Amino acid sequence: MPALQFCTFYLDKLLFGVELRGVQEVIRSLDITQVPLAPNVVSGLINLRGQIVTAVDLRRRLELEARPPDAQPMNVVVRSEDGAVSFQVDEIGDVVEVEESTFEPAPEMLRASIRSMILGVHKLNDRLMHVLDTEKACEMIEAVAPAAAAP
Amino acid sequence: MSESDIVKDFLVESYENLDRLDRDLVGLEKNPQDKEALAGVFRTIHTIKGTCGFLGFNKLEKVAHIGENLLTRLRDGQLTLNPEITTALLSMVDVVRQMLKEIDSTGHDGDADYPELRATLTRLQTPAAASAGVAPSSPAAIIAKPAVADAPMPASSKKTPPPAAAPPRSKSEPAQRKPPREKIGELLVERGVVQAADIARALEEQERGDRRSLGEILVALGLAKMEDVLAAQQILEKPRETATPETIRVGVNLLDKLMTLVGELVLARNQLLQFANTSGDTALQAVTQRMNLIATELQEEVMKTRMQPIGNIWGQFPRTVRDVALGCHKQVTIEMEGKETELDKTIIEAIKDPLTHLVRNSVDHGIELPEDRVKAGKDPTGRLILRAFHEGGQVNIEISDDGAGLNRERIRQKAMERGLITAEQAARMPEREIFNLIFLPGFSTAEKVTNVSGRGVGMDVVKTNVEKIGGVVDVQSSPGRGTTVRVKIPLTLAIIPALVVTCGGERYAIPQVSLLELVRVEAEHVRTAIEMVHGAPVYRLRGRLLPLVYLARELKLADVAAAGKQEAAALNIVVLQADERQFGLVVDQINDTEEIVVKPLRKQLKTVKTFAGSSIMGDGKVALILDVLGLAQRANVVSETRDRALAEKAKEVVAGTEKQMFLLFAGPGDSRMAIPLSTLARLEEFPMEQVEMSGSQWVTQYRGQILPLIRLNVLMEERRHKLRALQGAPPPGSGPFQVLVLNHEGHAVGLVVERILDIVEDRADVRFAATCDSVLYSVVIGDRVTELLDIPAILKMTATASLPQPDAARHATQGAH
Repeated sequence: MPALQFCTFYLDKLLFGVELRGVQEVIRSLDITQVPLAPNVVSGLINLRGQIVTAVDLRRRLELEARPPDAQPMNVVVRSEDGAVSFQVDEIGDVVEVEESTFEPAPEMLRASIRSMILGVHKLNDRLMHVLDTEKACEMIEAVAPAAAAP
Repeated sequence: MSESDIVKDFLVESYENLDRLDRDLVGLEKNPQDKEALAGVFRTIHTIKGTCGFLGFNKLEKVAHIGENLLTRLRDGQLTLNPEITTALLSMVDVVRQMLKEIDSTGHDGDADYPELRATLTRLQTPAAASAGVAPSSPAAIIAKPAVADAPMPASSKKTPPPAAAPPRSKSEPAQRKPPREKIGELLVERGVVQAADIARALEEQERGDRRSLGEILVALGLAKMEDVLAAQQILEKPRETATPETIRVGVNLLDKLMTLVGELVLARNQLLQFANTSGDTALQAVTQRMNLIATELQEEVMKTRMQPIGNIWGQFPRTVRDVALGCHKQVTIEMEGKETELDKTIIEAIKDPLTHLVRNSVDHGIELPEDRVKAGKDPTGRLILRAFHEGGQVNIEISDDGAGLNRERIRQKAMERGLITAEQAARMPEREIFNLIFLPGFSTAEKVTNVSGRGVGMDVVKTNVEKIGGVVDVQSSPGRGTTVRVKIPLTLAIIPALVVTCGGERYAIPQVSLLELVRVEAEHVRTAIEMVHGAPVYRLRGRLLPLVYLARELKLADVAAAGKQEAAALNIVVLQADERQFGLVVDQINDTEEIVVKPLRKQLKTVKTFAGSSIMGDGKVALILDVLGLAQRANVVSETRDRALAEKAKEVVAGTEKQMFLLFAGPGDSRMAIPLSTLARLEEFPMEQVEMSGSQWVTQYRGQILPLIRLNVLMEERRHKLRALQGAPPPGSGPFQVLVLNHEGHAVGLVVERILDIVEDRADVRFAATCDSVLYSVVIGDRVTELLDIPAILKMTATASLPQPDAARHATQGAH
């Protein structure tokens, strides 16, 4: 069984993971430029050594509770089809190695909007790691934008 | 090099070759005797076929093989090219292209093997079928056909290696792909000078011991003329352009990366410069100064690597025109001027579709059927002219046809039917505006839907796409004479001049192209200067109402409430132009103009129409670039029909009273003088040190040009004394000089005046005769007698007026205050 490596991070105490080979880098929060009128999941734009990267607030994207205002988010920069995107997360976890056998698809009862982003979970020894679909998480569904415009 | 790399190379090269094939084939159709072009076409197909065999793309190889056979016949003069053959060959090119795409995406050449195309290509190889132009000819011909098709002609088999043996086996193949013509005999046959049999005879002579060269033998035997042989020899000796390329292929990604890095370097340099200037260390300053120069030059050069001639996209148009013309039974020739005009890669890509649409449109709707053209007394063959040229930092592209022109009445009616304008508006609309109605969404005058129109791309899409890259479209037409569509686009999207403003604590960049002027309303005037039209704020700008848009409010920035309270503070208004409509954008602070590196927004933000992109500022923070049109639409400043109605009314007001704008200034002896505002490009002030002497002429360096300065007092003096006063250098301590930069028929000239007084709008209809040559007449403006200067006369009297200064003039007109 080939082992898969995941970069893990926390969102509202839940453990998430994205495949390590899709991760460009992990950085502390940087100067961020707000984008007025943008979907609220977009927290802004950051300058990553000359590359302008869209920062996505994963808490909002996954419809979790908003991050406390004083908490400094971490940035997990992932490569997507449309260039790099930075996921803003609470905290970075370890790199974990898992095997296919511990994987299970996400339960049906998850909300459809969320379910499309979560490929499934890996059963780790002590907890569950949610496997995030990077491309889906980067997509800004048109319907979300206007509804979310007024926070 | 791995196999996939070889395939990739093959694809890239083949795509380029196919584009050339399209051009060559259409060219050949017009001039079937061009052996050189035919040989080129043959070589391209041959190369593709050969490489396919090597890489194992058998289906593609099969198609190319049949095409090659047909081309062999053409090359050997057994067939002449006719439209049917051209069409068949062009559809072969299409099939090849499709298969290449298949290879690109799937790695193999697809399942379809195109029996019909192959049958057509095979059928056309028999002269009877090809010249008759219709399938089945006599039964004998059909029986004879397969034999002819498969057995290579003895002559050609001797000279060219059998096609099947061609596939090169090693990576030294590029040399073989375009085989250099080594033998003069082959070339002579190819050029149709001698028969293959004659060459064979001459070769026999050589074998028998004749030491002379082949050419000499041919001449001696009377088989060829001396000049033909010499011409052939010259061709052989001349190194082929394609054989020794002076260019190397570089991935676009690499260029983009370079561009990004240079952008970063420029930013780092800016920071370093700031630091060096404050440090006071002269050694550091010298080094940074040098670095500054190098970085600037590097930036320019890297920008150049992204420039491509517009001919790259025009190349496909002869084919497009041919196909469309055939489809609607028209005869059209296409002419191109300024193919070498260069544009940034991103712009080239962005205008490809709009231009293609315009070209198709011109052929489909613009040019009439041959019989109608003859009736109108025109050549049955229509002309389509593409023209591209640089003008004032922008690129102009014109697509002109000599067709019937736009039908004003039909457009008017259509627009009324669709409810785009009212009957009243329609009656009063000037011609140019009527023509521009065709760019409105949902507008189409095509009476019948052809396979060209109705593709979901209308003129409105053309307009939107051109505007997206900061361009404008305009159409002019005269009945019976034709239509010209003019597209004006910026040279590059990568680095643009922009005004940086601050609003709600963030910086925003506004592209300079949309910028008209800046207005500051001091705090004490704000209360009276800003008026309300049913709740909508407006500002009186030189007598015209300028709708105001508050950026903070439009962007829903946090301190909207604060903006309300700020009514008491001074107001910064950026006057912008969006879609022929002006509006004032109120911002917190106006910073500076800067050259900014434009970076596109990612898909997550594509839905936000208010921003055109983003850029990194000198301090490393990201700033958003405002999309002026998007912003105007969001603020409802621009809404097509209502907007046009307003524009109409505004024009009516002007036309009805014949009011004109004048610039008032003090002339010699404190007299009041004026010029029409329309002749003024800019107001400038030059300190004494900037005024230099060129002969006896005052000049100054202005925006990279030399601007001749005319002193009004000297001019008036001259007139009175009827002698030419020598202009000395400006006396020390004089100045700064107030200068009106005038723009007249492409010449820029500076007029030095005593004092600028005001800008007024007046009828100026009370006139008195002039008192001297440079004055047109005296008028009453604002209840005072004012001398109106005769600008053309002044320029004519001044020798310098003949100096061509078109660039300075254009820069001047584009500048904003």
